[in-house]
Order: sequence, then C-alpha cells, then structure tokens
Amino acid sequence: MKLNRRTFIGTAAAATAALYAPNVLSQAAGRVVVIGGGTGGATAARYLAKDSKGALDVTLIEPTRTYYTCFFSNLYIGGFRDFASIGHNYGKLVSEYGVNVVHDWATGVDRDAKTVALAGGGSVPYDRLVISPGIDFVDGAVPGWDLSAQNTMPHAYKAGSQTQLLKSQLESMPEGGVFAMVAPPNPFRCPPGPYERICMAAHLLKEKNPTAKIMVIDPKPKFSKQALFQEGWDTHYSGMIEWIGPDFGGDKVEVRPDSMEVVVDGEAMKVDACNVIPKQKAGRIAELAGVTNDAGWAPVVPATFQSKADENIHVLGDASQQGDMPKSGFSANSQAKVAANAIRGALTGSKVFPAKFANTCWSLIDTNDGVKVGASYEATEEKVAKTDGFISQTGEDAALRKQTYEESLGWYAGITTDMFG
Amino acid sequence: MKMLRNLKSRLRIAAATAAILLGLAPASAQIGDADRGAEVYNKQCKSCHMLGEDARNRVGPHLNGLFGRKAASIEGYRYSKDMQRAGADGLVWQAEQLDVYVTKPQALVTGTRMSFRGIKDSEKRADLIAFLRAYSDSPQDIPEAAPTADPTEHDVDPAILAIVGDPEYGEYLSGECTTCHQASGADQGIPSITGWPQEDFVVVMQAYKSKARPHPVMRMIAGRLSDEEIAGLAAYFEGVE
Ligand SMILES: Cc1cc2nc3c(=O)[nH]c(=O)nc-3n(C[C@H](O)[C@H](O)[C@H](O)COP(=O)(O)OP(=O)(O)OC[C@H]3O[C@@H](n4cnc5c(N)ncnc54)[C@H](O)[C@@H]3O)c2cc1C
Ligand code: HEC
Ligand code: HEC
Repeated sequence: MKLNRRTFIGTAAAATAALYAPNVLSQAAGRVVVIGGGTGGATAARYLAKDSKGALDVTLIEPTRTYYTCFFSNLYIGGFRDFASIGHNYGKLVSEYGVNVVHDWATGVDRDAKTVALAGGGSVPYDRLVISPGIDFVDGAVPGWDLSAQNTMPHAYKAGSQTQLLKSQLESMPEGGVFAMVAPPNPFRCPPGPYERICMAAHLLKEKNPTAKIMVIDPKPKFSKQALFQEGWDTHYSGMIEWIGPDFGGDKVEVRPDSMEVVVDGEAMKVDACNVIPKQKAGRIAELAGVTNDAGWAPVVPATFQSKADENIHVLGDASQQGDMPKSGFSANSQAKVAANAIRGALTGSKVFPAKFANTCWSLIDTNDGVKVGASYEATEEKVAKTDGFISQTGEDAALRKQTYEESLGWYAGITTDMFG
Repeated sequence: MKMLRNLKSRLRIAAATAAILLGLAPASAQIGDADRGAEVYNKQCKSCHMLGEDARNRVGPHLNGLFGRKAASIEGYRYSKDMQRAGADGLVWQAEQLDVYVTKPQALVTGTRMSFRGIKDSEKRADLIAFLRAYSDSPQDIPEAAPTADPTEHDVDPAILAIVGDPEYGEYLSGECTTCHQASGADQGIPSITGWPQEDFVVVMQAYKSKARPHPVMRMIAGRLSDEEIAGLAAYFEGVE
C-alpha cells in the first residue's frame, strides 16, 4: 500500500481507480473517502490521517493538482500577493501523512454500495464519506449570464484562472472606464468577499487608472462589515465607488456579455469590466449524492456534520447547511476538525471530544488597513449556534489596523499549513 | 523567540498574579495610601521611571498622566514589540491594568522589556496606584472597598495551577489554535505559543479569559475554555517544538 500511495499522484486516473476496486490490501480499521481537496476536504484528510496514525485509510479525490485559495485571491487582485503565493499542492498530504490523493472528479455516489464513482472510470469504496465540494452557481440567477459567459464576465469566485482573468480585465480598462460587480444574494461563500474585492479593485485602479469608476450592483439591502467597508471607501477611494442596493434597482439586474452591458432596473449601461457573482448552491456532487435540500444546500447534524440524509456521509464547508456559521475557509477548517474527530471515533473507537467551532474573517481595505469579524459557535440540537463574537470598529487608529492586517498574514500561513501540512 | 526566552526565564508565577487574573481578588478595588505609595515608587520604580514636572523618558517611559493613557503611546520612547502590540490592541492604563502589570509584567505583556520581578503585596500595589493616580489629570475612579488586611487572601487558588492537563484532549483542542498559531512556532503576525512552560501558558490564557488582556479574538477563544481545557492545551503545546 505504501508504494502505491506514492505512485497515485502521478498515475492516470483510470489506473488509480483500478487499483482501488479490490480494496483487499487495506488493513485499516476503516476507509474514509474525501471528495474535494479544498479548505474543508484537505483539512479533514490531514486530520484523519494524522490523528488516526495509520488506523484509517484516507483517500482524497480532487481534480486539480494546485489548489488556489479563494482567501487572499482578492489581495492578489489588489497587488498585495503574487499568484504563486496562493497556490498549494498535495505533496505533503501524501508523503508526510500517507493520504491517498486521487486527482480526478467524483461523478457520483452510490450510497447503498458505499462507493464513489470517478470520471476516469472505476469507483472507490468507503465506510465514511466526506463531501466538501464548495459551491456551484445557480443557473439563470443573473439573466444573461451562464457559465459560458465566464470568460467575458468572470465570477472569480473559485480561485485560479478566473481570478487572473478578472485582474487582467481591470488592468486593461480604458482610462476613466467603468468596472461593475454584480453581488450575490444570501447565503453565499465569504460574506465580506465581494466588498473586500471592491477595495482591492479600487486600490489597483487608484494606482493605474484613478479616474475609473466602480459600481456594485447588489440585491441585498445590507452586507457584511458594511460600516467598515463604507468608511474605507470614503477615506481611501473617495468618489470612485457607487453601491446600488435594492432601493435603486440592485435586485433587478441583467447582463449582456456580448455587448459588455449591464442592465439595472431596465437601464442599460456599457461597462469595461464586469464581475458577476451569481446566487450559489452546494457543489454539484452533493446534489448528485442526494444530500441537498430544495434550497440547494446539504443539511447536517450540528455536532458531527453528518448529512441529515445519510449518517455515513459528512458534508463540510460551503456546501453544508448548519446554522449560524458563515461560509468561509475558517469555518470549513473548523468544521473539518470536528468531523474528523467524530469519524475517527466512529471507526476506530477513539475518544470523541465535544464540538467547538469558530470563525474569523479578515478583510483588507487598503495598504495596512485590515479589519476583522469573528465568532464562536456550539452545536445545539437544531443548529450550529453563535455563542460570542467581535468585530472591528469604525474609526480605529492606524496602528491597530496595521496589526490586524499583519494578523491576517499569520492566519494565512497558519491555515494553509493546517490544511496541507 | 527571544521574547519567549525572556518570558521563560523571568516569568515565575506569583501566587498573587494568578489570584488577580482569576478574578479571585479584586486588589484594584482597594483604596491605597498615596503617601505610603510614594515610598513604594521611590524604592521600586524610580530607578527606571520619572514622574512630575521635568519627567523625561529614562530606562522606562515617564509615567505622568498614566491613567487613561494608552500603552506604548509616549512619542520618542522605544517600546518593546509586545508593548506596542498591546497598545494597538487597545490596552489603556487604569487601576486594574496597572495592578496586573505591576504584579507580574509578563502576565499582561508577554515580551515586555520592563525587567521587574513584581510586587506580590496587594496593599503595596494599592498604595502605589493611589500615588501614581495623583500624577494623572483624569484618573478613573478607584472603586470604593475596604482595604484587604490579610495578604494571604491573594494566594493562588492552587487548584487551578495544579490541574494536570490531558495532552490528548489538548491536542484535539489545539486544532482550533493552529488555524492561526503555527505549529512550527513561526510567529509572523501572530505570536508563537509552542514550547512554553505550562504555568506561563496558563497564566496568559487566564489573562485573556479574565479580560485583563485586550485582544478580542483571544478573549473570545480563552473565554469559552474551561480551566481543564486550558491545562490540556498548556500540556500539549509545551511539548510542541
Ligand atoms: C474572493 C474570496 C475571498 C475569500 N476570503 C476568505 C477569507 O478571507 N477567509 C475565509 O475564511 N474564507 C474566505 N473565502 C471563503 C473560502 O474560500 C471558502 O469558504 C472555502 O474555500 C470553503 O471550503 P470548501 O471546502 O467548502 O470548498 P473549497 O475550498 O472550494 O474546496 C472545494 C474543492 O472541491 C473540489 N471539487 C468540487 N467538486 C468536486 C468533485 N465532483 N470531485 C472532486 N473534487 C471536487 C474543488 O476542485 C475544490 O478544490 C473567500 C472566498 C472568496 C471567493
Ligand atoms: C528595571 C527598570 C524598570 C523598573 C524598575 C520599572 N520599570 Fe516600568 N518600564 C520599564 C521599561 C523598560 C518599560 C517599557 C516596557 C516595554 O516597552 O515593554 C516600562 C514600562 C512601564 C509602563 C508602561 C508605560 C507605557 O507608556 O505604556 C508602566 C505603566 C510602568 N512601566 C510602570 C512601572 C511601575 C509602576 C514600576 C514600579 C513598580 C516600574 N514600572 C518599574 C522599566 C522599568
Ligand atoms: C483567529 C486567530 C487565533 C486563534 C484561532 C487563536 N489565537 Fe491565540 N492569538 C491570536 C493573536 C492575534 C494573538 C495576539 C494577541 C494579543 O495581541 O494579545 C494571540 C495570542 C495568544 C497567546 C499569547 C501569546 C503571547 O506571546 O503573548 C496565547 C498563549 C494564545 N494566543 C493561545 C491560543 C490558544 C491556546 C488557542 C487555541 C485554543 C489560540 N490561541 C487560538 C490569534 C489566534
């Protein structure tokens, strides 16, 4: 088994799957398969492998070889990070923790047979399955936009080439041009994300194209850290940013990618760059596994993140519907550790400790001007419930804001190490 | 890392510190005697600090107008990195903060450059604070309370420091910490918490829990940890190098 693990990384998916089919080689107390090597999935795989010390056979299914974090992808747009610095690979999960990493798409889950089908053919059996596929977009949510328009009007809400595209579009805007963002309705991944992005776009444009204008078209009457963002927009980017809430038609928007037009409440405008962040739902594989509800999310049991539809499946991160936690990387990481502990307990009989969750989201407004919001949570019978929280205040002095930004750098290093080793 | 060694070498837990941090003994509630406080100041502080009309910064910053003054806010004085961090976090000197700092400086500010072993006698601290208060324009009122006659009242609740932490539980709980604090001990932006002596770790966590330390994230995190959980974390992180 050891030898094989090494070769998995480089092997073609089909061959990998074939190796799996007769899983008689495994001496482990249980087989855990994790779909999605993002924040929730990578963390779960690492903790399961690390803490079970070989007692569990852990397989991670993830199509990409480099995971680009959405967190700090806005900072890349603003010019505060280079692209390579937000990319991470799975090498250590394999070499240091013995996780079997299969680079392929999961295409289906047979819940009776307890197997996961792979795009490259074959299937992988599990005793417990973890699904952490992140988000997908709801078709038709923004009239005129579908995935085929993403090369003209990027969402940049899954990090990678989409993020690079958005940045290059911002950089090539004509002098005094217009950048429009269509913000998503609740609930969505990273509540402060769109607004931090506005700051970072403004920062970029202020340097290169200071007469450019930014328009945020928003279906929501209010948004995360609103007072902090609006204070930042006033002080750093005065006159650049216009926020159009539902009172002014922000909820009645249509886009025309071919002519680069945005139509707000019937009025068409020509724009030079456009970021469409549509309404979201759980990553498609959760739906295919039959664990999502009508709203498109996967309801889970708060204490363990087991799917309410299937106790052998745990759904983590953005895809889950758990209660009060925001859909963030911090949350997904926190949930993954609770779930890993529960899974280990169920399969190996190890001690299961009480569930504790936390979240903190930092946002960068401008150079050395960071803010944060966070909370702690506990599992109650019906939901993950907020117990305590804090938020940065408007009018804080520069030293604190700088320190808050520096904390976010420490957190980035911490969480990515926590995910990938 | 240098600051950590500092802490390790200097921070020997004083019984009184723990008592205050745990909120067992509201020593700042005492009304001290400013005249007796002047003596304490002359003996214990004057070698490094100045007060009064011509006060300048010496080894330590001048202490005029201390009440309501933000930590690390005297221009031209070079504070330690941790004191600057505490100031930015919002540490403001009032009777209570001074009481904790003077009892054991590192309990409040881990890597403070003030090498001072601390005053264990709560009455002396109260006198000192009453004296310092006279050099401030707008001191926060010191709450009315009877002076504590019995100094043994400030002995630590031995139960807390005596708890033997369960490192396995600590390891599980540490998952919450390593999202921010790197297990490698790297301290970019967020301080390192690995390899600390357990007692130091407990005292510092209790200082967040009691809200003596201002940082909102750590107050929240420490606030929901039980004494057993803190002990478990201390036991676990001590062994992480
Ligand atoms: C612009 C932006 C800024 C953000 N900033 C922050 C921040 O500052 N702090 C913070 O905490 N969070 C932030 N977030 C949110 C954070 O990125 C997400 O909440 C987090 O990544 C969710 O983790 P996840 O595991 O649910 O999904 P993801 O991290 O998206 O991982 C999902 C993985 O599953 C894989 N996958 C999907 N389908 C399949 C399949 N069928 N088979 C196999 N693999 C599959 C994908 O390739 C992907 O790697 C931000 C998000 C955005 C968009
Ligand atoms: C050995 C020298 C020394 C002695 C003795 C000393 N201090 Fe200090 N003090 C310092 C130094 C150095 C600093 C700066 C600390 C830092 O930057 O971490 C300081 C800082 C302080 C501060 C923080 C001031 C600010 O601007 O934030 C206070 C309050 C303080 N000392 C009070 C006292 C009191 C009261 C005493 C007597 C009980 C005392 N100190 C004894 C050296 C000393
Ligand atoms: C959200 C990020 C975050 C998490 C999670 C977190 N910390 Fe902290 N921690 C910080 C920051 C930021 C500081 C600096 C606080 C300050 O300025 O006082 C800190 C400071 C500390 C300190 C004092 C360090 C020093 O040098 O004074 C200790 C001890 C500590 N944390 C322990 C923990 C433990 C134990 C956990 C887990 C139970 C934890 N932290 C979880 C961010 C975090």
